[in-house]
Amino acid sequence: MKNGIANDVALIDAGGANLGSVRYALERLGVDARIVRDANGLHGAQRVILPGVGAAAPAMALLRERGLDVALRALDAPLLGICLGMQLLFDASEEGDVACLGLLPGTVRRMQGSAGLRVPHMGWNTLEIIRESALLDGIAMPAHAYFVHGYATPVTDDCIASCTHGDPFAACVQRGRIAGMQFHPERSADVGSTLLSNFLRWNPE
Amino acid sequence: MLSRRIIPCLDVRDGRVVKGVRFRDHIDMGDILTLARGYRDEGADELVFYDITASPQGRSVDRDWVEQVARVLDIPFCVAGGIRSVADARAVLHAGADKISINSPALERPVLIEELAEAFGVQCVVVGIDTQREADGQWRVRSHTGDPENMRAPGKRTLDWISEAQSRGAGEIVLNCMDSDGVRSGYDIDQLREVRDICHVPLVASGGAGIAQHFIDVFRDADVDAALAASVFHSGVLAISDLKQGLRDAGIEVRL
Repeated sequence: MKNGIANDVALIDAGGANLGSVRYALERLGVDARIVRDANGLHGAQRVILPGVGAAAPAMALLRERGLDVALRALDAPLLGICLGMQLLFDASEEGDVACLGLLPGTVRRMQGSAGLRVPHMGWNTLEIIRESALLDGIAMPAHAYFVHGYATPVTDDCIASCTHGDPFAACVQRGRIAGMQFHPERSADVGSTLLSNFLRWNPE
Repeated sequence: MLSRRIIPCLDVRDGRVVKGVRFRDHIDMGDILTLARGYRDEGADELVFYDITASPQGRSVDRDWVEQVARVLDIPFCVAGGIRSVADARAVLHAGADKISINSPALERPVLIEELAEAFGVQCVVVGIDTQREADGQWRVRSHTGDPENMRAPGKRTLDWISEAQSRGAGEIVLNCMDSDGVRSGYDIDQLREVRDICHVPLVASGGAGIAQHFIDVFRDADVDAALAASVFHSGVLAISDLKQGLRDAGIEVRL
């Protein structure tokens, strides 16, 4: 740790296209993340980030093939899933009808569009804080985050901040050392960089 | 509530930002990174970089500046121009772009939309459409508009192409109304309303912004998700921070 910020950060390459932008966002916070492609790479990491853009089934297949599903379940370090990476933390996803990591209870569902309600949910939307968490330190309302997704997880006990697009859904989750952000903190301007910085400083009980 | 987005479009030629009127007579507007950072600080919600030389010259986007932009920018950005394969798109996305926008190559080979949606998810795949009204009153698409000498009219009705693009996996549509582009007399509300009726994915209006009222009109009357503009921002006629405050005062949801 340097200045309270974790400096050994493992960034998992699960084939997601936003790997670069997450790495650059960490760089802007002074952290040079390691790109990790298999379970061995996780050794010694103080923080692990699972970013993701793409579909649930191929991403899970890749994690299993590289032994990362088992390694992520056994991990002691705080883990942050971003966008699809957050969805993979749950039990299962309707997208491709696939079993996910099972670190958080719940099923990822397809978002329902309607007249005036476009899916994918794309753009800046407001966060609503559901319960206090060190991960949300310094976030003043109204706070906007950038979302791009067509599937979402329900608001469960693990939800610390929600968002509404038609129905409310989980924007930010936390349970023990597991955290998730449905939006893209790496593309959410000052709000996003505060949240990422909080994750790097976070000491979950 | 989901905010309406304001998107400055930076036309890139040979690594510099340029702007022309009705797609012609390009003049130098400045350095990519300086402009990108400036718009981010003013409150732009997203940026589009359109490599106007890539498509007509049959080459893909030069990746170097994409990576430089990705390093400094903490808002989303989309790259357009000359992306004609999954490999082209992957290179741009891996360099750090959030979305890729395809136009002429999708018209030439519509299955490209499906290939990209399959590879990266629909949320990455933007289909840009250049459209002009013809003598029979129908709007039809144009391709290869980056170079006026090479512009083509494939004959497709704009509305038909939008339906097809959506069913193939377009995650967002940018409708560039060429009749109003660069002349700052307002967005093409009539056309955008017709398109909105059949467009179920996010719709971005492009072409014609001149004053703040044009943005209010296009959000109110055409219910678009985002409004894209170039010269009105590059010239300094309209500051994004003032524009967004004006939109909020008019009751339109924006991120301030």
